[in-house]
Amino acid sequence: MTKLRPWEIILTLLALLVFWHIVASIAQLPILPLPHRVLLTFFKEFPQNLGIHFLASLYRVISSIGLAVLLAAPAGLILGQGPRLNRVFAPLIYLLYPIPKVVLAPIILLFLGVGDFPKIIIIFLILFFQILVLVRDSAAAIRPELLLSVRSLGAGRRALFRFVYLPASLPAVLTAVRQSIGTAVAVLYVAELFATRWGLGYYIYLNGSTLFNYTAMYAGVLAMSLLGMGLYFTVDALEKRLCRWRNLNLP
Amino acid sequence: MPMLDAHALSFSYAGRAPIFADFTWSVTAGEIWTILGPSGCGKSTLLMLIAGLLHPQQGEVTVAGEVLTRPRPRTGLILQDYGLLPWATVRQNLALGFEIRRFYGPDGRHAPSDERFENHAAKIDYWLKRVGLDQLADAYPAQLSGGERQRTAIARTLALSPDLLLMDEPFSSLDAPTRESLQTLTLTLCREQMLTVVLVTHAIEEAAFMGQRILLLKDPPHHIPRIIENPHTPDVAFRSSAVYQGICGQLRAQLSASERLAPEATG
Repeated sequence: MTKLRPWEIILTLLALLVFWHIVASIAQLPILPLPHRVLLTFFKEFPQNLGIHFLASLYRVISSIGLAVLLAAPAGLILGQGPRLNRVFAPLIYLLYPIPKVVLAPIILLFLGVGDFPKIIIIFLILFFQILVLVRDSAAAIRPELLLSVRSLGAGRRALFRFVYLPASLPAVLTAVRQSIGTAVAVLYVAELFATRWGLGYYIYLNGSTLFNYTAMYAGVLAMSLLGMGLYFTVDALEKRLCRWRNLNLP
Repeated sequence: MPMLDAHALSFSYAGRAPIFADFTWSVTAGEIWTILGPSGCGKSTLLMLIAGLLHPQQGEVTVAGEVLTRPRPRTGLILQDYGLLPWATVRQNLALGFEIRRFYGPDGRHAPSDERFENHAAKIDYWLKRVGLDQLADAYPAQLSGGERQRTAIARTLALSPDLLLMDEPFSSLDAPTRESLQTLTLTLCREQMLTVVLVTHAIEEAAFMGQRILLLKDPPHHIPRIIENPHTPDVAFRSSAVYQGICGQLRAQLSASERLAPEATG
């Protein structure tokens, strides 16, 4: 990917705001408020209700990511290390992987009912398969010579896990999470339309379709965008920091 | 006393013809051996058996008086492909062996039972200097040349003070000048540390330059070891001596003799 400089990003953001402002000024519609009014509403609402909705959404997304990493990374490592076990599960994963998990949302909500748990599970499912597949493939791609060398330094199964498989799969985990955050937040929105009174999805829908408070709706959209971007940038920064060896300037 | 004793080894990969059949061979402590043979002759298999990474179907391998059941902590292994962790710097790669030992503690299985967990940083610094990598300590393997990577692997292994060093085609992917300088460096270091060395190679010149004694493996199954004595003088001048040329010629003749008998065993 092209390396971006901070001022390029800020300049683009400003240009987008100017564009929004021009279009909104020309259109003069209640469903398209001016950007500064949305920003004012955002800063006014965030310390109150909007902030709580934001935290509810953040909690669900973080729990899903945490749960997915905790379950998918070890499963991927085990499958990646064991060709035989992988033969058994590969067809199943092959079938389940491409299913858009969001269509399962109504079913999961029916089975698991109200509360946070079914919403966490829906997002978890999306991340789970992404992480599982990437970690499995990265573990399987570890060269046998590397394993032999490290075994010859005294490593048994546990040390191989700690010193080879774990660090080797870290980039895969972070890449999978980063790639899935967009979908995860989108699905979070859908999941929060059902059976809850908290979360940004609910907030946006309520203000847009019931209260017709469009400025507040836009503030909700902004909050949800910030949630997605914040997570994306956090994972991106983690990836850059922990996987420096992958982005070296080679001679 | 033999450092290494392969006694009545029989080995074959599942569903394949046997590679070793009742094969007995021994190495005296402090000797530097090369194993020479064409691809597929089983020389790497023999090294893996000695390393404890493969297990014979019959017979046993004894190293330093103990029958081998798993890789032993005092045997060092260096492969053609370097085996460096791509996510770790040169210094971190050198520390890997110590970290694994620290991870298990001095259990005698993964780490020597007399392992002392101090002065590792000093040892690492010493070996970085010794192989000329102190300027590159914070570089990652991808930033190194092939020769520098293999230096890292050698330093990582020797830093653990092995008594037996096994090498499988360690210099085969390096260019000629790098290869020759690493051969000389390896010989110097191994003499210094009084190591017993077994080096596997398919290159006649390497076998003749490195090995005090040369084990020739031709077509499997191997039964009786064919050993060539090399009146070895471990300096650069040996490479241009008539003795060296003679040994090379002898090895070449022996190898091609086997090819005529079994033309399929080439490569």
